[in-house]
Amino acid sequence: MINKVVGDPAAAMAGIHAGASIMISGFGNAGIPGTLVRALGAMNLTGLTLIMNAIRRIDECDPSLFDNRRVDHVITTAFRGPDAAPASYERQWKRGEMTLDILPQGTFAERIRAGGAGIPAFYTPTATGTSLVEGREQRDFNGRTCVLEEALTADFALLRAQKADRYGNLYFRGTQANFGSAMATAAQTTIVEVDEISETGLRPEEVHLPGIYVQRVLRAPRRH
Amino acid sequence: MITPLTRHQMAWRAAQDLADGAYVNLGLGMPVLAANYAPAEREIFYHSENGVLGVGPVAPPGQGDPELVDAGSQMVTLRDGASIFDSAASFAMIRGGHLDLTILGAFQVAANGDLANWDALSADKGPLIGGAMDLAMGAKAVHVIMRHTTRRGAARLVTECSYPVTARGVVSRVYTDLAVLDIDQGRLVVREIIPGLGHDELAAATDAPLTFGPDCRELTAPDLAGGI
Repeated sequence: MINKVVGDPAAAMAGIHAGASIMISGFGNAGIPGTLVRALGAMNLTGLTLIMNAIRRIDECDPSLFDNRRVDHVITTAFRGPDAAPASYERQWKRGEMTLDILPQGTFAERIRAGGAGIPAFYTPTATGTSLVEGREQRDFNGRTCVLEEALTADFALLRAQKADRYGNLYFRGTQANFGSAMATAAQTTIVEVDEISETGLRPEEVHLPGIYVQRVLRAPRRH
Repeated sequence: MITPLTRHQMAWRAAQDLADGAYVNLGLGMPVLAANYAPAEREIFYHSENGVLGVGPVAPPGQGDPELVDAGSQMVTLRDGASIFDSAASFAMIRGGHLDLTILGAFQVAANGDLANWDALSADKGPLIGGAMDLAMGAKAVHVIMRHTTRRGAARLVTECSYPVTARGVVSRVYTDLAVLDIDQGRLVVREIIPGLGHDELAAATDAPLTFGPDCRELTAPDLAGGI
């Protein structure tokens, strides 16, 4: 019998190790897996690579990840703290204690989608003509210059959804899906926190992400 | 007396050009204000790159859903006919050329249409790209709302951007607090100018040659709440 529902955050996070690469979903406050992020901070792992749209949202969930130097490398589209004074992660990056890949958001999303879809690389016009593509492989298609972008995968993905069933099928509320749908496909192990577990199972028509992409589900109602 | 347009008046002016039936992405800051000022009879679908087509007004206080936000992380409502999708699909929509228009803010725009709006070259802050490069490259048209000069009086309309570029040759129209300009084959063509401002004064506030269209009109906007 399949049952992907786990009982507590420790079981949800089992196996995440020092040096792991971890995708974290969320845009604004929608779809941020706050319970899982706080559980990650409590594990005191070092050498992590975090892959997320905006670093400030993860810092807001659990500042210890950055304050305690748990993260060596960040792949993101927004590496700017909310205040005029630099955040701890901005200072670490400026001091060379943390490395950074900064990407356009669509390239970020598509690299992850490609990673989950078996596409090793693709060409995109985004960012051509900018400092981001200097020295990179470029090619013209139909008179338009494009840059080669490689797929992005990770050891783990952390997501938030509204509802799941024991098969790992997910239903997203509002704009919760954002990067989570693609991240779930691109990670070896996808861990999801949800408001509700459907005992009867989701109707096929309401499954936004099929359970094949989800390994563990934790019930963790949103804290308002 | 010469009175430059306020932020809300610039947004109002940009909104008057939004076409009925258009699919439009509005950037953070002044551009997103334009949604408040589009003529009521026009049906416009606002795209938000976190995965919404058909963003409605910001939710009333206490009634928002924290899991339903726009790209500015505001809790929003949805209009009739709205749809929601994930980020990869949202950027496929952008990159695939399906949006009619994006209106963005900028530090600088060059006379050849180059846009600089992502890296402020701040010494101790980190970089932020977000969706700007994809929107600038993918939308069918790119318009910019920005003040004509910096707080220190430096021109933002320039011959060549000194700030890092977001995309090359993409901007076709600029709304400033002094004028409305089109970018036409590498030239800045002034379409509208605020009353009382001389052509030479506008040229002095611009770091690229200006062409004044034969039908150049006065740029006026209604008094709007929202101060400067």
